[in-house]
Amino acid sequence: MGDLFDGYQLGAAWDEYFADVDVPREATRGVFDVLSGFSGDDLADRSAALTRAFRDQGITFSLSGEERPFPLDLVPRLIAAEEWRLIERGVVQRLLALEALLADLAGEQQVLKDRVLPRKLVLSSAGYTRAAHGITPANGVRIHVSGIDVVRDAGGVLRVLEDNLRTPSGVSYVLENRRAMSRVLPDLLSTHRVRPVGEYPARLLGALRAAAPAGVNDPTVAVLTPGVYNSAYFEHSLLARTMGVQLVEGRDLECRDGSLWMRTTAGRQRVDVLYRRVDDDFLDPLHFRGDSVVGCPGVLNVARAGRVTIANAVGNGVADDKLLYTYVPALIRYYLGEEPVLPNVDTFRLEEPEALDYVLQRLSELVLKPVDGSGGAGIIIGPQATEAQLAALALSLRADPRGWIAQRVVQLSTCPTQIEDRLSPRHVDLRPFAVNDGQRVWVLPGGLTRVALPEGSLVVNSSQGGGSKDTWVLADEEVPSELPPPGPGAPPLVSGGLPQAAGPVHQDQQQ
Amino acid sequence: MMLSRVAEALYWTGRYVERAEDTSRLLDVQMHALLEDPWGDEETACVGLLRTMGIDDVEPPVDLAATTQRLAFSAADTSSIAGAWTAARDNARGVREILSSEVWECLNGTFHELAGFERSSARVGPGRFLRHVRERSATVSGLVEGTMPKDDAWRFLVLGRSIERVDMTARLLWVGLHGTSPSWVALLKCCSAHEAYLRTYRVAPEPGRVLEFLLLDRLFPRSVFASLVQAELCLEAVEPTSGRVGVQDEARRQLGRLRTDLEFHRPADLVADLAEVLSDLQTTCAEVGRLVAAKHFRADRGDSWEVEAG
Repeated sequence: MGDLFDGYQLGAAWDEYFADVDVPREATRGVFDVLSGFSGDDLADRSAALTRAFRDQGITFSLSGEERPFPLDLVPRLIAAEEWRLIERGVVQRLLALEALLADLAGEQQVLKDRVLPRKLVLSSAGYTRAAHGITPANGVRIHVSGIDVVRDAGGVLRVLEDNLRTPSGVSYVLENRRAMSRVLPDLLSTHRVRPVGEYPARLLGALRAAAPAGVNDPTVAVLTPGVYNSAYFEHSLLARTMGVQLVEGRDLECRDGSLWMRTTAGRQRVDVLYRRVDDDFLDPLHFRGDSVVGCPGVLNVARAGRVTIANAVGNGVADDKLLYTYVPALIRYYLGEEPVLPNVDTFRLEEPEALDYVLQRLSELVLKPVDGSGGAGIIIGPQATEAQLAALALSLRADPRGWIAQRVVQLSTCPTQIEDRLSPRHVDLRPFAVNDGQRVWVLPGGLTRVALPEGSLVVNSSQGGGSKDTWVLADEEVPSELPPPGPGAPPLVSGGLPQAAGPVHQDQQQ
Repeated sequence: MMLSRVAEALYWTGRYVERAEDTSRLLDVQMHALLEDPWGDEETACVGLLRTMGIDDVEPPVDLAATTQRLAFSAADTSSIAGAWTAARDNARGVREILSSEVWECLNGTFHELAGFERSSARVGPGRFLRHVRERSATVSGLVEGTMPKDDAWRFLVLGRSIERVDMTARLLWVGLHGTSPSWVALLKCCSAHEAYLRTYRVAPEPGRVLEFLLLDRLFPRSVFASLVQAELCLEAVEPTSGRVGVQDEARRQLGRLRTDLEFHRPADLVADLAEVLSDLQTTCAEVGRLVAAKHFRADRGDSWEVEAG
């Protein structure tokens, strides 16, 4: 074993790189061989170059008002072709079931009549909003972009941890991580056949254009951001730039004459599709929070009149409610007549009295999550909580059982990660991004692998000390298409100026 | 077509980068002139320098170190180099999807170096920093020319840069007018114009010719005349008028009048009329800034709310 892997300890968790001590898995053997030849200093030098490049490019996220480079770990996470097909199928299947659910809830509500889903669950969901009623998407899509988080348990089984159907973020890091890796570790990337990620913006733009209101031939798409102080501003800006569309803030927009407009130096210009990265609550002060200054008053009415498409749709929160999550396998069977490809993590519904009792007795062994939280906020991991936290938690659970779910602690799989000048195992998850254009659901090969940097930590959110890794989906062996035959060569370069010492005779020279 | 907010941010990005560059040249030249002048009075020179930048609230004693600190590193003040660069970067940050990545990275990377330069210049003097800022500003200009299409984004950037250049040159000339011993060489150097002047006139700098060169030269890119023409071209392209007579846009009219007044001013009278000419330059630049803002940045801001649809 090389220096870097010295003292690499396999724990109880599944390790993405090693089947056993010193025995790399098939997919990771290539990376292992290259990295084994590296010293700690090699890696540290490249890592410093990377941090500087990220800082200069402004690839940062805001943490309590401070701009920080998003930590990228240089050891990629690898996914074999076969395994990726499983994840891809599972994500697409889940997404289609959830799309069907949202369409059903906005219409006939057959799923409630058939008692597959309790009516009370839907009505009590914080993400459920009457405002979503009567907005019929032109191409039937409500979840244009989703991020369905996948983890691997100690037995090696891939499971869905949660669904993000509102404004999932992180895709910009996928794009930038790959760009950075090809600059900083070209030797590693060149020895592998890794599926590219660069077509994401084109796919997203395609899906947004496809979602335009009926009758609009050449739709104008805009990305709505809360502004430069938002933690994901970098991503909003990157997406607008790589799609070649305007990045707008609420103050750039106005609703007038039944349409949505942006204010430009050449007067008003109509917006047909608004890819909003602003939460429902802040999107339209006329309908939701009246104190929002990042939204656009009236935009919901324009959407309801079918004059603008809001992506993702308003009201998707009901489908990524964490209590509803427990019903998704049943929904897949109900809507698609299929068995779930990717199982859930075992979850307790606390409104069931026996479950609540069971959970209350085992708080120190379980993970408790608020049902409407995102970004890891409010999550309490029993084994790592103090007595006082658990006591307070028990009170909250009794007071509001609908507000929480309990899950068994999943020992997320580990991946070698640079800690000082060594590689040590750290826990990772995976957020594959799926784009739905109404014809097909396209899943970005790979997605964002987040890594919990503190030793033993299971919380991967960037706001809680998480970093990321480039995710390499290995391509199948066969090359997709034949290369075109080489064309005729270009003419030789021309020189001039000072007399050339011994230039090639066939090139033009100054006489 | 572009968002009004974006146009405004680009205009100010252009202005602040130019301001940082001009201020660094001004500070560099004046510092050397003072150090090389055995009879120079440090305090008088520093007070004059600060006044040039519109600063007159500095507590005495005003020495070179305090002046450098104020003009180079006071990050909260946009009349300092660090402050202007920070403001340029903050404006650019809100429109980075409009700028080319190279332009943004140059602005942002330099911004992140500011603190390091402040520390190092406490030890080795600000010379390296001042030079670095000018080089980075030149890099920004080069990248703007080389990587951005000449559309409205380019025009608002260049408009800001041109207006700022006129204003800063006018400020420099005030120093020449009011300074105790106006060094015409130093004045030319502040505009990077010394060598170009020598090649053009082939005589030692004298007041009339220096003013003529800095104000009226058609070929030198930092002359007031050249900057006014550039600003006019940008405004015209932003809003091409098809009318057969006159100019509809008030900002363009003002710029054109200023340029014409200058163009047809008798060169021999420039020295005598300098105060009047400079004052006209500065008030008109400020007025043009206001007109551009009112027309392009804040037009159509009457907020209206959509009433409940049926």
